[in-house]
Amino acid sequence: MSTLITRVRQRQIAQHIEKGKRLDGRGLNEYREIKIEQGLIEKAEGSARVRLGKTEVLVGTKIELGEPFPDTPNEGVQTVNAELVPLASSTFEPGPPDEDSIELARIVDRGIRESKAIDTAKLCVEPGKKVFVVFIDVYVLNHDGNLIDASALAAVAALKNTKMRNYEVENGEVKFLTGYSPLPMRSSPITVTLGKIGDALIADPWLEEEQVMDARISMAVNENGNICAIQKGGSGYFTPQQILTAAKIAKEKAAELRKTLGW
Amino acid sequence: MYFEKRQLVTPGDLLAEGDYVAGENTYVEKNKVYAARIGLAECDNKKVSVVALRSFYIPKVGDTVIGTVMEVGFNGWTVDIRSPYYALLRASDVLSRPFKPQNDELSQVLDAGDLIVAKIASYDRAHDPQLTVAEPGLGKITRGQIMKVTPSKIPRIIGRKGSMISVIKQETGCQIILGHNGVILVTGKTPEDEELAMAAIEKIEKESHVSGLTDRITQMLKEEKAKREVKQQ
Amino acid sequence: MNEKIEKLIDKKGLRLDGRKPDELRPIKLEVGVLPNADGSAYIEHGKNKILAAVFGPREMHPKHLTLPDRMAIRCRYHMAPFSVQERKSPAPSRREIELSKVIREALEPAVFVEYYPRVGIDVFIEVLQADGGTRCASITAASLALADAGIPMRDLVVACAAGKADDCVVLDLNDAEDKLGVADVPVAYMPSLNAVTLLQMDGILTQDEFERAFNLALEGCKKIYAMQKEALRTKYLQVKEVEE
Repeated sequence: MSTLITRVRQRQIAQHIEKGKRLDGRGLNEYREIKIEQGLIEKAEGSARVRLGKTEVLVGTKIELGEPFPDTPNEGVQTVNAELVPLASSTFEPGPPDEDSIELARIVDRGIRESKAIDTAKLCVEPGKKVFVVFIDVYVLNHDGNLIDASALAAVAALKNTKMRNYEVENGEVKFLTGYSPLPMRSSPITVTLGKIGDALIADPWLEEEQVMDARISMAVNENGNICAIQKGGSGYFTPQQILTAAKIAKEKAAELRKTLGW
Repeated sequence: MYFEKRQLVTPGDLLAEGDYVAGENTYVEKNKVYAARIGLAECDNKKVSVVALRSFYIPKVGDTVIGTVMEVGFNGWTVDIRSPYYALLRASDVLSRPFKPQNDELSQVLDAGDLIVAKIASYDRAHDPQLTVAEPGLGKITRGQIMKVTPSKIPRIIGRKGSMISVIKQETGCQIILGHNGVILVTGKTPEDEELAMAAIEKIEKESHVSGLTDRITQMLKEEKAKREVKQQ
Repeated sequence: MNEKIEKLIDKKGLRLDGRKPDELRPIKLEVGVLPNADGSAYIEHGKNKILAAVFGPREMHPKHLTLPDRMAIRCRYHMAPFSVQERKSPAPSRREIELSKVIREALEPAVFVEYYPRVGIDVFIEVLQADGGTRCASITAASLALADAGIPMRDLVVACAAGKADDCVVLDLNDAEDKLGVADVPVAYMPSLNAVTLLQMDGILTQDEFERAFNLALEGCKKIYAMQKEALRTKYLQVKEVEE
């Protein structure tokens, strides 16, 4: 079945939202039910699966030794990749990452990087030469809207689930010991995405709403309520006032989600 | 109204507020009329419009156009009419009879690179423009020189009730076909006549906003012809 | 190699390049610089040197990209290998792909795409030299190129970034401030419609700092908007000019 939305449906959604309601019964600022499972992929250093309504994203982390970036010789490296695999939606086609999956990866990356979620300073083996590289791979399993928030949650949940082998450094070489320790982390950012339909801002847009909305804005917020990443998307626009309102809503929702998740 | 007659405006410039109608190259948002293109702003009886200094040709049914054949297809030709849309000329239109692929070699009738004068027979948002040459004066161009101008200047080159273009035709003895798509065909008895006509058209394009242009063009043409006569003596 | 930079703002409150916190870098704009393009513009913003070209509206290839009811806009942001300190590979990087997308989404709201279905516009941006804030400068130039091509638009789109360096909210970060600063907030804006068409942030800001940086960026946008209009007038008044 085509995922294309009919004009009748588009009007229905827009009309409801004008009255402050959404077709699935949610309030304008309400998120769908969130379910998080961790540790499902034993071969990965860490993993988590997030179900946000029917959207489903799986993130696996792998840790390997590698070289640091030249401008941060004493810090570990983080790299995020996202795959919109074809089984997740009839609109995803096989092939190399397209602009949507690249944008998704970079938004998730920014939230984690700027909030310093991973304590990369603790991942240095030999300054300038050897560090640990954390690979975060986002795998979208079902697309029912708001891949950004689901992916960002799954990524942080996977990081929290990530365990590294205990090690010691001898003559610049890594010697692995017994046992595991959690990946050193300093923050758990939460990303909140709002869509714009007409003049209304709606949190956690689902698939059909995404086809009606003309723009979206995503903001990553850390535990202090500070913003560590923002991305506007879509070919529409926001007024400056809407941006500032979005920032307030994002801060509130992030705090709410944080409480619910116990982060 | 927030502008002076013939003021140069740019997209997003607020032209008028209140009881005004949006004309060409403008748009209305919340009771305000804004410019949508770079051009000269004008107001005619509460209708605010912008004469675009840069625009491209969008086909209109009935327009005369001059185009270049790009491709010979299965049952017709694709024609470049200097528009975002390619135009189609059906074989049946040219041959004035049903088209038989086995018998008719289309490239011998019109080939890629040929120039044609045609009319827009049909055009809508869902289909590329269709051309017709089934009228007198239309068809393949065999002689003359082609020049290109901004499409929005064509009305000025024609002049009020054709006054401007008649002056040029008269003074140079040239046949001039003005395509609404900004392509002009000038056919004269000699290349000098053609060049004189083209120079006059160029002058109109450059000075289109100046008043008294018809007189200046008449004067320019008379002066140039006088110079030529002196040379010949 | 770069020496280690200790402070981005000195005791007198001046930045490394001598600017005050709310000062823009020098900007030069020129319209209609590429004869083969339907529209074009060149910008120098600080040490950024960027060319923008527009082709179209025209038939799209490949055909499957056409939209039945509107114009499609394609945008390619690309950096020349010699544009940055360490040679950059000519192949499109993930950053360039993301920027191509956000720049397209910054320009699209300005264009009356509904007017011309089934055809497309190509916007090509080439960064010849980069020094921080290239996406903003690119949008400013691309917008002029679109107007120069005669594409009907609601407004020009102008862009400017603000952020935080050391403890200070500053306007228009250069490369050093972008790399070593605390936050960078690029904003694209259509002043006549009060519409924000691009907004990103990386770094960490409190809500209050974000609001200040955002508003500062909008102020910068308004100043650059006036320069855009001036650049268009300069070119088109020449077209209009005549011996009177």
